[in-house]
Order: sequence, then structure tokens, then C-alpha cells
Amino acid sequence: MDMAELQGKTRQKLVVVGNGMAGIRTVEELLGLAPEMYDITVFGAEPHPNYNRILLSPVLAGEQDFKDIILNSVEWYAEHGITLHMGKNVATIDRVRRKVIAEDGTEAAYDRLLLATGSTPFILPVPGKALDGVISYRDIRDTELMMDAAKTKRQAVVIGGGLLGLEAANGLKLRGMEVTVVHLGDWLLDRQLDDVAGDLLRRALEERGIGFLLGKQTAAILDDGQGGVAGVRFSDGEVLDAQLVVMAVGIRPNTALAESCGLYCERGIVVSDALQTYDPRVYAVGECVSHRGVAYGLVAPLFEQAKVCANHLAQLGIGRYQGSVLSTKLKVTGIDLFSAGDFMGGEGMEDIVLSDPAGGVYKKLVLKDDKLAGVCLYGDTADGAWYFKLLREGRSVAELRDTLMFGESTIGDAGVQGQSKAASMKDSDEVCGCNGVCKGSIVKTIKDKGLFTLDEVKKHTKAASSCGSCSGLVEQILMSVVGTDFQETPKTKAVCGCTERSHGEVRKAIREQHLLTHAEVFHFLEWRTPNGCATCRPAINYYLLSSWPHEAVDDPQSRFVNERVHANIQKDGTFSVIPQMKGGVTTASELRRIADVADKYQVPMVKVTGGQRIDLLGVKKEDLVNVWQDLGMQSGHAYGKSIRTVKTCVGSEFCRFGTQNSTQMGIDLETMLANMWSPHKVKLAVSGCPRNCAEAGIKDVGVIAVDSGWELYVGGNGGIKTEVAQFLCKVKTAEEVKEYSGAFLQLYREEAYYLDRSVHYIARVGLEYIKAKVVADAATRQALYQRLLFSLQGLPDPWAARIAGSQKNEFIPIKLQA
Amino acid sequence: MTDSQHWVHICALTDIPPQGSRVVERASGNVAVFRTHDDQVFALLDRCPHKGGPLSQGIVHGHGVTCPLHSWQIDLASGEARAPDQGCARHFPVKLEQGMVLLAL
Repeated sequence: MDMAELQGKTRQKLVVVGNGMAGIRTVEELLGLAPEMYDITVFGAEPHPNYNRILLSPVLAGEQDFKDIILNSVEWYAEHGITLHMGKNVATIDRVRRKVIAEDGTEAAYDRLLLATGSTPFILPVPGKALDGVISYRDIRDTELMMDAAKTKRQAVVIGGGLLGLEAANGLKLRGMEVTVVHLGDWLLDRQLDDVAGDLLRRALEERGIGFLLGKQTAAILDDGQGGVAGVRFSDGEVLDAQLVVMAVGIRPNTALAESCGLYCERGIVVSDALQTYDPRVYAVGECVSHRGVAYGLVAPLFEQAKVCANHLAQLGIGRYQGSVLSTKLKVTGIDLFSAGDFMGGEGMEDIVLSDPAGGVYKKLVLKDDKLAGVCLYGDTADGAWYFKLLREGRSVAELRDTLMFGESTIGDAGVQGQSKAASMKDSDEVCGCNGVCKGSIVKTIKDKGLFTLDEVKKHTKAASSCGSCSGLVEQILMSVVGTDFQETPKTKAVCGCTERSHGEVRKAIREQHLLTHAEVFHFLEWRTPNGCATCRPAINYYLLSSWPHEAVDDPQSRFVNERVHANIQKDGTFSVIPQMKGGVTTASELRRIADVADKYQVPMVKVTGGQRIDLLGVKKEDLVNVWQDLGMQSGHAYGKSIRTVKTCVGSEFCRFGTQNSTQMGIDLETMLANMWSPHKVKLAVSGCPRNCAEAGIKDVGVIAVDSGWELYVGGNGGIKTEVAQFLCKVKTAEEVKEYSGAFLQLYREEAYYLDRSVHYIARVGLEYIKAKVVADAATRQALYQRLLFSLQGLPDPWAARIAGSQKNEFIPIKLQA
Repeated sequence: MTDSQHWVHICALTDIPPQGSRVVERASGNVAVFRTHDDQVFALLDRCPHKGGPLSQGIVHGHGVTCPLHSWQIDLASGEARAPDQGCARHFPVKLEQGMVLLAL
């Protein structure tokens, strides 16, 4: 018996009831985690493979064909060895014998069962509800019925002014019918919009020729005498002629099957945070479940559930579903509205409102305790994604309050060009300046490949995969394309595809378990790959070295080439060499040696850097060690996630304005921090007076001398997105400058995630937290400072080590004997 | 393999760092010889199919290498870029005999 057969014998059986988006998404996630664990059988009541139910409205409106919205072709099921039963309704579940039986007698045994039976439309209990011509709006069959009706019938009544009802009305109108929407509430979308926005929406739809009757209760559907629809009568006696009636008054979780086999149901099938029902072998996801008392009817929560459920089905047992915050978007072309959270406001809440009815724009932000609690946008939804993010993060918006209404672009947080209106961009507009990706190709890829997350878009289009400054914009484009299917990037992200663990969890394990090697980390945290990848290995290497200085051993093979060979790789594979020049101060003898090296090794370019040093560009790898030896200088660490340089001005020694000796201060800091590894690069600057010639305002640590001492600033950044450093504190002596800035840097080294600059770290923990540790608490500050000094103690200059012969082989190419 | 190709002795396995590589200089393009964690050896043309980056300088993980220039992941055995990237670096037959690495050019 070969291995495949052997594994086949031990495979468990998973049966999925429900061939819709929630069920199949769970299967997809499961295949990604444990492709060999289960033999999978899927039952679907509809005679189609899994399609994107959200896009039924564009199909009805004639903007897309049914074949465009299929997510998984029949071939996909075959490729993954999934047994697919289309058009088969499951009639019973036998939980004792662990099998499901379809109406046609098809049976399937299970070890694990996944219920994804979705929801059923709610049908008003009025006379005439079963007449021919009364339909709901739920699946492709309903959509086809409506499309057919539009060809032969003239008048349609849509009961229900919610999302589905309006999308149905819009589609039927576009197909040439006279459409009236009847709604019980006082305004449209009364669960998604406030009255003002609902009114704007009604007017826009009226302009398109759709009629509305608000505050009306349906009493009966009238018979035309031949079993068809003749019209609708309301409770006030009014009658409206119609040959088609669409019921879109809501959905309810489809729990019939679950209840029939005795699973505990409330409004939906009751599940735990692991998406497990009361029978531990049975899981449930999607619109059919009730989680913590909530049944969801939108797609985004289903995907979050699918992820968690797959994780548990794969027996990894981590991940909890803790409920979702929802946002709403209407899929009617040309009408932009967005709402999320508690947008109605109320006691203890404040509203900020911008209303321009003539211009068709209305925006309402609801704040509670300085946090965004709800948002309702009409006409201009470009900032919807951003508000939604603020809402989900629950972070304080007190500082943004003045400009919050005007969107992300006004706080300068929307990418390099300040471009924040994803929806209004032209297809030819460039989104990602690093990789030259325009909006059109991103939109096309999202549609063609069926992408839902920022990570997927990054992988397929390369947009936002280099410097990342356009991530927000790409996320907006994704949101505008997929609407409510959009999945926000989770806050605690896995380090990489090799693991489910986040950076925080990895570091915690290293610290608490005293892990000292990559192998120990991979083993303890159950890495999926034998030895990680180019993303996680450098991160782990840093966490090991920073958690256990002088104990953990550096792994050069887990470092990016620049750190491995102590020089910066260039596009042609040559390297750049930057020797240390503390505080930007050099000597005639050093300059002479640099000039000699440039001649001897025919260095193509010698350039002064922005960090007050000299860069030798175009050095061949095999010359590196000799170049370092001839320079006789120390490594400037211009290549590393490490201390880079301390920029200085001339200060009080020469400058007529200087108040302190900033040059010496810079040299002292650079000496103290020599060879320091950090989560990302670290740059410092010291200016001798508030004119700030050393540009301390955009450094990770900026020091500005004043007559009475030194001001310290942290979290500045002059790179991808300019960030002004924030004031930390003022100190008196040079020794205090070292202690405070050293303590801050050690805190950053111990707590920031790998590849987070200090500004990102501060944004995560808050400046107040930094001040509490570094400024207010002397004991903590001194302990941090001592730990920094301890970890830097005795670190060798990497160039000197290489000159002495360490890993010399790597620099020498093998020559073939002719 | 055709008769015109012949095995060339390159170096000892131990001359290549584990999860590392060495460059073999060649007039028609350098060859990167990789040693993986399980002491297997692979050889690829030292040019990433994307923008010609030196694959020899990338991080080796499993039986793959990540190009140092723009992080394309290349499969060491086939030279194929991993999805969704598309492209292929030429691969060369290479074998181990009594601790010595032999490359066919």
C-alpha cells in the first residue's frame, strides 16, 4: 500500500450542507490550512456552483452576466477532490449514525459536519402571498424570474425599502418596468441611514423614475382571476396595480434542518466563538447562525467566521470569532451611500453634520467619548473606509476632531499624493508609484480573481507591496469594488503565511519560554514550514537577539543580504559602502583613504549622503572585505535595521547662534549606540539651537539644544510619509540626553514589531505610554537604559569581524577551471 | 542530459553555508549553487526572471529562495517563480558525490 492510499484511509470525512459563499469560503480556508485532512462532500440546493450572491443586483441591472459572478467553477470542486451534489436538498441529518440524507436518497457519512444553510426570505403573511408573480429576491432563480417578468409585464411593486428592495427596484426600472417601492418605515433604508440621508436617497431614486409610498402597510395582494397578480391593497384601502410583486422585507436564518435534527437554535443555529454548535461534531457558519445573539445578513462577517471555523476544523484550535462591526453600501450604480455603527446618535453622543442637499452631499459623524461611534455618508463616500477603520479601532479622535469631517486627505494620511478619492480616480491614474500599478488594473484584478482582502490584492497586483504608502488607497479601491464583501485587514496580523501567530505572540513566546534559536521558535509555535520564509526569519532573528542579548546567536542566513554582507545591494548586484563618520565629522586622513579606495577599486560613484557621510557606490561583492580593510574605518550600518547615523549641526563651537555643543552630543550618542540592531532603521539628529539645522524634527530621536538644556523629540520620520517628531521632554544635561533617548530606544527595541519605525510604534501604544515609562518613572527609565547598555556591550564592528576572516567564503566566487 | 554537457567539480558541500549559496563565475552568466537545510544542492542561473536580481544573495527557505531585489520567490528545483508571480530562472543539473558538489554545464 503506498503512502497516498494509507493517508486516504486515515482521512476524515467533512460534509458541508450549503453550497453558498459562507460554506465554500470555509472550505477554501480549510484547504489552505490542511488540504489533506478531509474528504469533503458538499450539498447545495441550487443547481449551480458557488456564486457571488452580492452581485445579483448588477446582474439584474444588466451590468453583469451570471457567468461573471460564479466564484468556484464545477472544475474547481473536481480539482480539489470535493464531491459536489448540486440541486440536492438535504432532508435529514442523523446525528447518531453521523450521516446526512438528501431528498433524493443520496447519503453521506461525516466525522465533521458544517452547516451553511443561509437564510430564507421573509414572506408577509397576507392574502395572495402565494400568487404567481409574487417573488422574493434571494438567488439566481429569483433574479431570472424578475428578468423574465420585465419582458412581459408593465408594473412592479417592491415591498420593502431596504438594501435588497432598492436594488431590485433599480434593476427592474432599468429593465423598463414601472416600479413603485412600498415601505413601512418613514424613510428608506431606515436601518442603514438617518432620515436626512434617506430623504436624499429617495429624491435621487425618484429622479430615476422610481415611485415611492412610505409609511404604507400592505394588506393584501390581489388576484387577477387566473392565479396571477393584479395589484396590491394597503391597510388604508388604497390599491396599486401591478403584475409583479417583489417581497424584500427581510431575511431569517434558515434553521429548519438544524432544528429537525435537534440542534439548539434561537433566532439562528446557536454557535460558540469557535463556530461550533451544541453538537461538537457539527459546525455552522454564515447567515444561518446566531452568534452571541446576533444573526448577520452581510458577507463580511461570514468571511471572518469562515476563517475561524476553518482553523478549528483543521484542528489548529486557535482563533476566536468575536462578532463583527458592520458597514453598509448600496449597490446601485451612481448612488453612493455608506453607513456603519451607531449612526442615529442619541443621549451622550455628539453629532458632527455636513449637509448640502442641493449638492447631494450629506455626512454625519456620531462621536461618543471622543471616539467615532457611527457614520452615515451620502453622496461622497470616499472616506467611508477610513471612518470605518477609525470606528473599528475605537481610537480617540479628539485630536482629529477639527478636520475629521473633511476626510483622510486633510490629515495628510492618504498616501504620497494626498489622493484619497479612490472612487473618483480614473482607471489610468497611478495608484502605486513604486511598482507602476494604475487603478484600472487593480480593479480588473480584483474582479477577475475574486479578491477580498488587501493582502490578496498586494500579491496579485504588486500595488502597495513595496513601500506600502498607498495601502490606504488600495484598500479604498478594494472597498469601492467589492462593497460590503470587503474584508478589513485584521488588527493582529499573522507574521507571514508560515504561521497564524502575530508578531506580539511570537515575541511573547520567545521571552516567556526563553527560546534561543529559530528551530526552537518554529517547534514551539508549530510553524507550518520547515524553516520559515524570507519574511518571518529576519523578524524572529531580531526578536531572539533583542530578547536575549549575548545568549541568542545571530543567524546570518536569516538576515537580508544587506545585513549579511554589511553593505547595500544595488540594482545591478553591486554594493554601496558607507563608513561610519560620527556626527558627520571627518578628518583629512580619512578623506585621503576614502579617495585612495575609490581609485584603487575603480568605484563608479562617490556621493555625500543625507546623513552626513560618504557613500562609495558600485563596489563588487568580492572587493568588499578589501575595501573595508583599506578604509580602516568602522561600519556605518547604512544597510541595516539598526542605528544609522546621528546628524548634527556645528553647534556652539563655531556657530554664532549655537547654545550647546551639538556636534559632540551627536558623536557621543553615535558612540553609545554603535552596532545597535532595532526593529527598523533608527536615525537621530542633534541641533544646537531651535533653528534646527540638523532637521531633528523628522528623526526617530531628535535633540534640539536650547539655552537651558535640551529638548527631546521622538517618532519623526522623513521617509515614505513625512512625520513630525513629537515632543517627549526637556532635560538639562548631556548625560540625561543619553539616558532618556537610550531608554526610549530600548523601549522601542523591546516592544515594537519588526519593521515598524518608531512612529508606527508610538501610534500603536500612544505617546502618553512612552512618557509614563521614559519620563515619569525614573526607575523604569534607568532599567531600560541599563538594558540597552548591556545589550550593546562588546558588540563587534561587523567589518572588523569580516576582515578577521569570519564567513570569508561567502565573498569569494568560485572560478571554473578552464 | 546530452553528451555535450559534463559534470564539473565545484567545491565541497561544506564550502557552502547551510541555507546559503555560492556563486560560480561563468562567461555566459553566473550560476548560483544553493545548499538547503536538509543538505540538498540546487543550481540556478544567478538572475531573477523579474529584473535580473542576483538570486544567490537571497534568503533560502525550504526549497525556495527569495530574490533580494523585489522579493520574488523562486523554487530551487524548477526555477519557477511561485504564484502569483510568473517567470522561470534556468536551472542546472547538480549533484553530490562523497561530499563534493558537481555541476553540469
